[in-house]
Formats: sequence, C-alpha cells, structure tokens
Amino acid sequence: MMAGANRANALRTRFLFWLVLLLSPYSSASGFDLNDQCPPSFALSSDNQCQLRNLYQLYDSLQGQGLGGLKTALPHHRDGFSPQQIDLGRLLFFDPVLSGNKDLSCANCHNPAKGFSDGMARSVGASGQLHPRSAPTLWNSAFLKSLLWDARADSLEQQALGPLFSELEMANTPEQLMANLNQVDAYPELFTQAFPNSEDAMVIANITTALTAFQSSLISLNSPYDRYAHGDSKALNPEQLEGLNVFRSFVARCSQCHTPPLFTNQQVAVIGTPEPEGMPRDIGAQATFGAERLRGGFKVPTLRNIALTAPYMHSGRFATLREATEFYTKGRGHAVPEGEELLLHWHISEPNLTPSELDRLVDFMGALSDESFMPEIPQQVPSGLLH
Amino acid sequence: MNNKIKIVLVIIIFAGGWILGSNNNTAPVITSSMGGASYSGGYQPEAQAAVQAEGAVALRTEQGQIHLVKNGDSIQAAVEAAQPGDTIQVMPGIYSETVYIDKDDIHLLGVIQEGKRATMDGLGKLNDAILYSGNNVVIENFRITKYKGNGIMGQAGNNFEIRNNVIVDTGIYGIFPQLGTNGLVEHNVVSGIEDAAIYIGMSDNIHVSYNEVFDSVAGIEIENSRHAIVEHNNAHNNTGGILAFVTPGLPIKTTEDVIIRNNFVLNNNTPNFGAPGSIVSGIPAGTGILVMAADDVIIEGNIISGNKTAGIIVNDHSFATTITMDVESDPNSDRTMILDNVMLNNGYDTIAEVKAVALTELHTGLVDIVHVGSSEGSCIVNRHRYRAVGIGNYGDCDFTNTDSIDNYLVAGGADRRVIHPSERGEIAYLGVCTGCHSYTGRLIGPSVQVIQAMYAGNPEALVEYINAPVKKRDNFPPMPAQNYLDAETQMAVATYMLALEK
Repeated sequence: MMAGANRANALRTRFLFWLVLLLSPYSSASGFDLNDQCPPSFALSSDNQCQLRNLYQLYDSLQGQGLGGLKTALPHHRDGFSPQQIDLGRLLFFDPVLSGNKDLSCANCHNPAKGFSDGMARSVGASGQLHPRSAPTLWNSAFLKSLLWDARADSLEQQALGPLFSELEMANTPEQLMANLNQVDAYPELFTQAFPNSEDAMVIANITTALTAFQSSLISLNSPYDRYAHGDSKALNPEQLEGLNVFRSFVARCSQCHTPPLFTNQQVAVIGTPEPEGMPRDIGAQATFGAERLRGGFKVPTLRNIALTAPYMHSGRFATLREATEFYTKGRGHAVPEGEELLLHWHISEPNLTPSELDRLVDFMGALSDESFMPEIPQQVPSGLLH
Repeated sequence: MNNKIKIVLVIIIFAGGWILGSNNNTAPVITSSMGGASYSGGYQPEAQAAVQAEGAVALRTEQGQIHLVKNGDSIQAAVEAAQPGDTIQVMPGIYSETVYIDKDDIHLLGVIQEGKRATMDGLGKLNDAILYSGNNVVIENFRITKYKGNGIMGQAGNNFEIRNNVIVDTGIYGIFPQLGTNGLVEHNVVSGIEDAAIYIGMSDNIHVSYNEVFDSVAGIEIENSRHAIVEHNNAHNNTGGILAFVTPGLPIKTTEDVIIRNNFVLNNNTPNFGAPGSIVSGIPAGTGILVMAADDVIIEGNIISGNKTAGIIVNDHSFATTITMDVESDPNSDRTMILDNVMLNNGYDTIAEVKAVALTELHTGLVDIVHVGSSEGSCIVNRHRYRAVGIGNYGDCDFTNTDSIDNYLVAGGADRRVIHPSERGEIAYLGVCTGCHSYTGRLIGPSVQVIQAMYAGNPEALVEYINAPVKKRDNFPPMPAQNYLDAETQMAVATYMLALEK
C-alpha cells in the first residue's frame, strides 16, 4: 500500500514536472525568459515597477524613521525595480559564473535554505579562503540604509561590488566578470529584457542593479510576532510573550538597539564579543569612519529570521542563539581581552538575566521567523553551472 | 600644579580682574522681562489646528466599560479583558507584576483611598512595572517601587498622559516614554533612580510639568527629542537637575526646540551613582541645568540655586569623553537662549574642567553659567547679573519671554495615517495573502480565481470566512484566521481580492 502511494506520488511529481515545463515561460531561444510579474508582496505599477506593500504601511513612525513599538511604520525601503530586473537578479544571484573561478554563487554564502546565510561561523571564499566575518542574512535588506558589518556600503549596489571583487569572497575582476558573462549565450538577451533603455545593457552597473532588485524583494514580515503586532493577541504563545516583555524591558534592553519593527536601529555599536581563538580583534567600523571610538564596532543586525542563521555575531563566535543571548548578561566587557581598549556601548550593562529569562528571549526570537515569501530557486541558471 | 605656580596664577588673575574691572564704569543695560517681545520661534502647529491643546489625550465622548481590579487580582488580566475605550481602576493594594498595554485607548487608573494607593512592587526581581505601546494611553495614581528596569515605559505610543504617580527606587528610569509623539508627564513624584527620574527619549511634542524629581542621577532628561517644554518642576538633590542633550549613536539624531522654564533647580549635588558606561555617569555632581549638543534651548524663569559645579552648563560632545562617535550627529549646542533666571550660590565647589575654562577668562569663584565649545546664534538677557564664563559670543536676545507659548502638545492628538480603503485592501492582500494565494495556480492555498468563483458579489461572506476559517480541502493546510485585522481592513481586502483581474 505504501509502495503504491509512493508510486502514485512519483507519477504525480513527474506529471507536474512536465506540466511546469510546458507552461513555464522558457520560450526564448536560450531557454530563459524573465518573469513579467512582481514577486509576492509587490504591486505592479503602470510603468512596470514593483512597489512593496505590507501591513506596516498602515502606520506612522516618529520623524519617519521607522523605529518604535508594535504598530510602527518600517524604515524607508528600496523598491521600484521592474519584474524583469528582479528576475534577472535572481538568476545572477544563483549563478556561479559571477565568481572568478566560476565555482561560487552569491547563494553559496547567502543560501535561502539557511536564512540567506551559510550556517558557518565565518564564510569561505571561491578558492577556500576563510573570511574574517560571518555572512549576514539578506532577508529585509531592502530596508537597510547601510550594508556590511562595518557599515561601509551606503547602498545594495555598492555592497554588491564588495564580494564580487574581494579576494576573500568571489575573487573576480570586472574584466573577467564581463568575459564570463559574454560566454553565456542567454545573458545579453536577458540584460536587454531587463534594461530595455540601456544602449549597452550588460554592464557592471546593471549587474549590481539587478542583484539589488532581487535582494530588495526578499521580504519577511509575516512572522507570529507580526501577527501579534497587528493585533492578534494569541499569535505569541505564553513563553514568547514573556520573552517579548524581557526583550523590551529596560533590564535586558534588547529593543533599544534591535528596535521594532525591523529589529535593528541601523546604528553601529561596540559590544565587545570575543573573536574566535587566535583571530586578532576585528576593528570593524573604526576603519570605515576613521574613529577610534568605534573600534570593534559593528552594525546592529536585524533579528528577523535570526533563528535560521546560526552561528552568531560578526565572526560567528556563538554557535547557538542561547549562547549569543547569554553574552549580554555575563558582564560588561567580560570578553574584552586584557589591554584591549574598547568604548563599549552604554546599553551593554549588567542585567543579571535569569536562565529562564534567557530561554524566553530565545523563544521570542523564534517568533520572528517567516519565510512565506521565499523566492523560487532556479533549477538551472543561464551558464548551466548550477550543480 | 605646584603651589608656587598656583600662587603666581592667582596673582595674575587678581591683577587682570582689577584692570578689566576698573574700565567698567558705565551703568548696565537692564532689560525688563515684564512685557517685551515673546519668543516667535519654536513648534508651529498646522494652521487648521492652531488652537492650543488642553492635554495630550482627547477627552472621551463616550465612556467604555470600567474594569475594577482589587487587591489580589491581576492588573494584566484586566488589560487583556479591556477593549479600546475602556478604563481599568485598580484599588489600593500590592500588585507584583509587569503590566503591558499593547492596545489603544486604555486608561489605567489607580484608585487612591485616604492616601492609600495601588502599589506596584517589583520585589527587586521584576523588570518593568508598566509597558505600553498603544496610542491614547493614560496612566495615573500608582505607587511604583522596587522594579529593576523602569517604572513606566512607553514604546512608540502616541498621545499619552502619565500623571500623579509616585515612583520610588525603580532602577534605571522612573518614567520613560520613547519614540512617541504628543505626551504629557505631570504631577509625578519620582526619586531614587539610577539614571533619569523622568527621561523623554526620541520623542516629539512633550510637556513635562509639576513633577518633583530628587535623589536620582538625573532629574529630568530630554534626549534626542524635539518640541518639549519642561516647566514648574522641582528638581532637587539629584546629580544633575534638568538635562537637554543629544546622545550620539541613537537613530534619531537631534534635540531641538526645548523650553526649560519656571522650575526649581536646587542643590543637585548628589554623588553620581549611574551605571558605568551610561551617558549620565559622566555628569558631574552639582550640575543644575545641562545642555549638550541640543539646539534652540530656552532657559527662562528658573530658580537655580546651590548647584556646586555650575547653575547652567552648555557644552558640546567633545566635553564628554565617554560617548561614541557619530558622523550624523551635530556635536554643538547652537542657539542656546538664556532669559531671566534667579541664580544663587552655584559653582561653589566646581570641577577642574570648569575651573580651567574660567581661568582663561580670569574668572574665579562662583559659576552660574559656563559654556564650553563652539555655538552659533546663542543669546542672553541681562548678562550682567550672572557669574558666567564662555558666553562672550552670546548676543542679546531680541525677546524676553516665552509667554506666547502655552505648550507644544498637538491639539486633537497626533495625526493617524489616513489610508483609503482601496489602498488598504491592496496592502493587506499583497502584504499578507500573497504568501499563500496567487491569482492563478495553487500555492499553499487555493488560487484567487477559485476564491472569486465561490464568493462573487459577497465580500461579507469572505470576511466571515477569513475571520474564522474552517478546513475545506483535504490536501490543503488549514488557513490561519485573519481576525487581527480590523473590520475596515477585512472588508477592504475581501473587496479587493474579489475584484482582482490578474
């Protein structure tokens, strides 16, 4: 009986596969055509732009900054890309042809199955180089005004240039990247579809625009917490609710920097987490701003989908969310080595949280997970390199 | 500094003072603060709302249900049972719990009987006494003590009134509304607080009046906030009395348009017991009023007396060595306006930094006012009255009072965002429904076309369904109820979904 059911399932799967293939828009000569509809949560405007819609647009926020409590608007976001640009970005994002050795795509370190992170303490580059930092999630990056742990990029476009051409990451060069793309039959046509007004559509600037378009379509705003925020008092279980109250209490002070509704205030904070054994102190934002007071400072990350992106902190020192949470109650500066001068953030205090309060915080952060708008992961990419 | 150099310096200073003083025979110009021009800057309400607000929460036109909480009951249970528009009355007794109000228009009132109050006691274990995030929340008449965090904390609630509470020894802040617009904090007695007794953080249109704050590190603190009036308060025996400043590194970057008037600021000489690393831990004991990196601050009509470091300190971020660097934060205090104040016996035992500044102007002895750092457009009235240093570049104010301004509250309450029903439907459909429903094929739930076929012309039935979904199809997961959306949004989304064409 089980075997029969499995067989029926297999047949159905095969039938669906052929149905999808027949109905799918793979109609151009190259086998790829770009979607002309926006991803979920976006409205298509008459001038072919995808505009984000979410329930937080029913609310306001102080000074329009997108910070506050439950019914508060989100920060300013990026949108207005065409469906074709978003879809081209999606194909590029998953295509290893973007790396110098054609071995590593964006999705290797920003894996949708791992919260758009990679499950590793520190990421590994195209030819095995160990990166000093951990790959951050890309969910909700449309709302971020600065990117990268040390806040050195002001836009997603600028950010994209970092990993593409970093020796430690995709290790490509602009010349090599264009040469790689030119070897793929489908791309020139796809770029023309996505950028019909560009004379020369396949250029670096349009690559970063397409990647930006895709990344800003990764929206996660329908977690149990969100339902609670919009008014469903039963959306959080008692443990999560208790955790919310610890989270926003002025003892734990989590919400002072991980401020709803984005769960980051987008500032740089020096909190003094330990580096992995043997790794020298990462000076972080000190380099970005040339300011010694920001030594060891990093951008406050969003906590949305945080339960999906272990390990934690800029260099992945904590394997679990529980350990990462416990860091904050072990004493101000407890992990700062002797002789190291850090100007620790004023909210790094001595909250003396109980073990049960730490558990409840972890429960609450688990209520910030939502992957309902997961994009479709391409079965194949234009270069044919997906494996 | 060795004694010989000290003596030489003192001689130079005295000689200098004598020489400078001897040139000064003209009668000072006395400006009367009676009559004269009133301040013409500050918060300008929109033309149609040019009436002065009476309070921050509009009076109710109809009263909802009253929920009575008696000693031994749970206040939170009453909050959960309450609907917007309801009032919760808490009888005298001891309540050890954290109360959180995540809904709008709730009045939480302690009942005072022959001096006995509803007392919230954190037993030194609980974090905060009252948290609110809803709009139009009123909290009155409680006694709050022994919490580890805050007495009353608001997160983003607009239009709030916090009055007539007695808060004793509650840890970090006594009353702390944050990220809200339009609030009134009045007639509270707050003491024994490790940071600020009353802390207005990242908020707009705030009125803090008739409060007594004492035995705390900071009395009243206006931080990264705009359009605030602090008046008729008694701030005594704190480390610092009344503070208006910008903390760098916060996401809201400015403090602007603050009026500090008609307060008692007395003997704020309590040794600093702030937590290491906290911003207030850098405040020198003996600070009356502190302005740091805040713009357009008016100080008027206060009695400032017996503060040993200085009566008024105005400085910039470079003066504070323990705070972070923030490129987006303007470090200077511009347009400080000091009108008539009564200042007695301030700066009698001041700190080395103030002495150093004073020495550059050959000033010794008491210090009423000290300004450190650059400043544009600052002014003062009757400067000859004060023992002041660092105000050489202050002009004469072209006004003498703020009589034209009653308060900066928003008449009728902070505006709510107005969303047209059609937009509301699109927002809810795209923002929520499209996670499971697409126009044509099946995603997690059935397609919109299938739904349209079932509910054509009957959005009411669709509203009924999304409020309490029942499982209809064996091979589909059950739909979560969307009953948290308000009725208007539910009807809008049902109508929108049924009209969808692609």
